[in-house]
Amino acid sequence: MDWIEKQRNIIDFTMSSLVRRKGKNVALIVVYTLVVFVLASVMFFTHAIKREASLILRDAPEMMVQRLVAGRHELIPVSYINTLKQIKGVQTVRGRLWGYYYDPTNRANYTLVVNEDLHSSSGNVTVGKGVLRNLIGKERGTIPIKAYDGSYLFLKIKGTLSSESELVSSDLILISEEDFRRLFGISEEYVTDLTLGVRNAKELTTIATKIVQLLPDTRPILRDEIIRTYDAVFDWRGGMIIVILFGAVMAFIIFAWDKAAGLSAEEKREIGILKGIGWETSDVLMMKFWEGVAVSLTSFLLGVLLAYVHIFFTSSTLFEPALKGWSVLYPNFRLIPFVNAYQVGTLFFLTVVPYTVATIIPSWRAATIDPDSVMRA
Amino acid sequence: MFAHASFKRKADMPFLQERKEMIKRLELTDLCLFTDARYARHPSMADLNTPFQDYPMSFEHFPSGSLISVPPRLNANTDTQYGLD
Repeated sequence: MDWIEKQRNIIDFTMSSLVRRKGKNVALIVVYTLVVFVLASVMFFTHAIKREASLILRDAPEMMVQRLVAGRHELIPVSYINTLKQIKGVQTVRGRLWGYYYDPTNRANYTLVVNEDLHSSSGNVTVGKGVLRNLIGKERGTIPIKAYDGSYLFLKIKGTLSSESELVSSDLILISEEDFRRLFGISEEYVTDLTLGVRNAKELTTIATKIVQLLPDTRPILRDEIIRTYDAVFDWRGGMIIVILFGAVMAFIIFAWDKAAGLSAEEKREIGILKGIGWETSDVLMMKFWEGVAVSLTSFLLGVLLAYVHIFFTSSTLFEPALKGWSVLYPNFRLIPFVNAYQVGTLFFLTVVPYTVATIIPSWRAATIDPDSVMRA
Repeated sequence: MFAHASFKRKADMPFLQERKEMIKRLELTDLCLFTDARYARHPSMADLNTPFQDYPMSFEHFPSGSLISVPPRLNANTDTQYGLD
């Protein structure tokens, strides 16, 4: 009980000492909170995107086969379907028709996907929320698309895809096969690429090998590879992410260095007085430990909470300009909060622990010197 | 925070299911995160040759390209990957 009472008194003194240097400590907490906020925001965002991608892309096609001509993705002949069907283990082979369209009126890029549900409703399209949001003249209820021969097709907007699906459908225009072929002048003998279903998922690599042997101008892409692509997306080692992390880590190192390099004359004098009135070195160290904990824990909790609100309540508003880049059409999506104790724990050990340790070292140095010389300095 | 995250995850499951069904029905392969470059709209189908569509001295002019990494598939030769080396 005595120990608890002693700690309570030290904490009381620490708090009043922190309040005495209000300006300096508030500035410290603000900067520290910002560093934690940036790191936690990046961590929450990338983890949530990766987790969501790994969950929803499990329903992507098991395998895709694309044709390459002169190093570029080309249309694939429908006759390849029969060749692929002959491979043992292949259950289904279907042709996919899809492509891109650049809308010069609003400079947006759309992804056009043929949908079998629209088979009997030529002239109608279903569009993603992002397409509708940016469409000029949407009140007319039609979307004009320039065909390969220069003529325009005015497609009626029959419906929109739900806003909850924007993460996968924001730029989609679902169109009938007839309209798609008419727009791009693609004959019935070709499709964009093929999707395969197999009997046994363990045979996927063997089947992919056979496909490359039978049709050397094609490249198979497996579902596992698609999922792994999103696992590597926003990798901490790449691009802007490393720049953000480097900036935050450097700020933190400067910060901790400043603390570890030494105490201010006022802080040294305070330690000298405390020692002079009978405090032991261990008490001074305990006081500095509680001071470090108070500053770093407050900043950590504030930074993590602000990052959580930023990513999962405001749709990562601060990251939007970077993510949007040159895109005219940007999905409005709310990420599902895939947050776990491991992530928060990692961040805690990377920020709170080094700072707390950094505050104790110079205090230990000051606390072991003779109080008289500290007070005279 | 953890309690809210857990509650929200449960509440959002129907929306996640909706996205899964859309991917299955339309045979989609990628998330719609970036719409400025082909290789960023569909990273799973990116080619190594796409940077050549740009101009001299422009290693990467789409900001989204500096946010996402090269798909692991492209780091391996496809022929070698499927035992054809």
